[in-house]
Amino acid sequence: MTAAAPDGAQTFRWRRRSVLPGFGLSLGYTVAYLSLVVLIPLAGLGIKSAQLGWTDFWRLATDARVMAALKLSFGAKLLAAIVNTVFGVLVAWVLVRYRFPGRRWLDAAVDLPFALPTAVAGIALATLYAPNGPFGIFLESVFHVKVGFTATGVVMALIFVGLPFVVRTVQPVLEEIDRETEEVSATLGAGRWRTVTRVIMPGMLPAILTGFALSFARGVGEYGSVIFIANNLPFQSEIAPLLIVIKLEEHNYAGATAIAAVMLVISFAMLFVINLLQAWSRRYFGHV
Amino acid sequence: MSEVASSTAPPASLSAPAKKTRLRTVIGEGPITRWILGGIAIVFLALMLIAPLLVVFVEAFSRGIGVYFQALAMPDTMAALQLTLLVAVIAVPANLVFGVACAWLIAKFDFKFKSFLLTLIDLPFAVSPVVSGLVFVLLFGANSALGPWLEENNIRILFAVPGIVIATIFITFPFIARELIPLMQQQGTSEEEASVSLGASGWRTFFLVTLPNVKWGLLYGVLLCNARAMGEFGAVSVVSGHIRGVTNTLPLHIQILYDDNKAAAAFAVASLLAALALVTLAVKSVLEARFAGELAAQRRH
Repeated sequence: MTAAAPDGAQTFRWRRRSVLPGFGLSLGYTVAYLSLVVLIPLAGLGIKSAQLGWTDFWRLATDARVMAALKLSFGAKLLAAIVNTVFGVLVAWVLVRYRFPGRRWLDAAVDLPFALPTAVAGIALATLYAPNGPFGIFLESVFHVKVGFTATGVVMALIFVGLPFVVRTVQPVLEEIDRETEEVSATLGAGRWRTVTRVIMPGMLPAILTGFALSFARGVGEYGSVIFIANNLPFQSEIAPLLIVIKLEEHNYAGATAIAAVMLVISFAMLFVINLLQAWSRRYFGHV
Repeated sequence: MSEVASSTAPPASLSAPAKKTRLRTVIGEGPITRWILGGIAIVFLALMLIAPLLVVFVEAFSRGIGVYFQALAMPDTMAALQLTLLVAVIAVPANLVFGVACAWLIAKFDFKFKSFLLTLIDLPFAVSPVVSGLVFVLLFGANSALGPWLEENNIRILFAVPGIVIATIFITFPFIARELIPLMQQQGTSEEEASVSLGASGWRTFFLVTLPNVKWGLLYGVLLCNARAMGEFGAVSVVSGHIRGVTNTLPLHIQILYDDNKAAAAFAVASLLAALALVTLAVKSVLEARFAGELAAQRRH
């Protein structure tokens, strides 16, 4: 494109020539809107936490109650993401490979956690898993597990919220896998289990890891679906976002900012890891 | 599939000649494994996804239809519904205009820092809803830089409707752009270039060439953006101040009713949002089935 331009010998140009109009307008609008809505507000948070000073920030961020909340958020997320990965891959496999009546409905239902507002999901899960709710009674009497109003409830809510990420990341990759390699593997004498674990899974690994990371990242900040099912006791079932809300209600802006900054750093680190995973997968496997 | 299997699976067919009328495929699990795996997947989805949806409607009608409609007809519920609609009516078009401008920029031009710009657009997805709300509290709150000036001029943003709108715009910021960018990148620039070189103006090219090409993708993005805008809870909860009848959206109203031990009323209001979610999913499935070729190849949110 640039070669066709008469003055193609210029050394640096920060954009390629194009006959299409609107570059200035769309660039200006995009950058202005992005700055106003996203960048300036986020920068405000950065400035506010910088104003705290390092010692104050460290004291607020490593407060025992904050650490307990972060630990719970992390532990619950990790557990939920693991469950989601196992069942998400299974669900994706069944949806892609098997044909049964109602498959389309089930496929559409996977997106339910995306579409259902978190507050609705929250009160629904709280009712199901409450000690007098249908699932709560069953789990308590059969397995002697209390789910509602405990830390286990947090895990349940995060499983609900994170499931579509794994299924929707693995599904397209599974659909595109070349089935001839499976045939080759089978004709060369590999059993089905061996074919699945040694031939199919390695190709799906990046997608599975990405799904795991996305599901994990979503859990970092989840609030609406969790607060109803957890009883929100400090040190037991209080998640980090809730602690921010509590600090705000106490007009403790410094405390809220410190927790928010920690969570933001964690989320950006997750985003970075996800981008690396996707770049890696594109390079070696040719798909995301 | 069975034709393929029969031609490339000599071991199976040689070792068991004429024994079975139906050829067994070598790629795939046995019937028992299929039943077990399929069963586990279906039971898991039913318990984890379908049951919470069902319980919303069951609980909503648990005290009878009268209580259900009474809950919906409450003035506070109507006010919350109006506010939710108002917020969506402002936030979705705002992000729609941005999404189109941004997709035009990224898909039709080549310039430096493009991937950096893409990363910035994704930022709101990475930020926790509560933190998004907090960000605006810090920006517009009483002890912020803007706070005193806003107070002097009697402009209320926080704990008022503008704050809720801004927080919702932030949360739903990437939805439409994220949907349009890959789609418009796939479509390239040749059609627009042809249109422009034939003498059409930029706007005419956009409305007559680009827009018809991306209309289904656009609708898809609007759908997802709207669902999130109406259902957003965490961010809105932080900036709203929970003033009943004034700054309560539907999700916040659900929380208040639920905490007041009015579970049936809370679920009645929740059923409205659940119905919206179902409509969203239905339209989404139809779009995916009918216009798969006119949507971006990969959709993940």
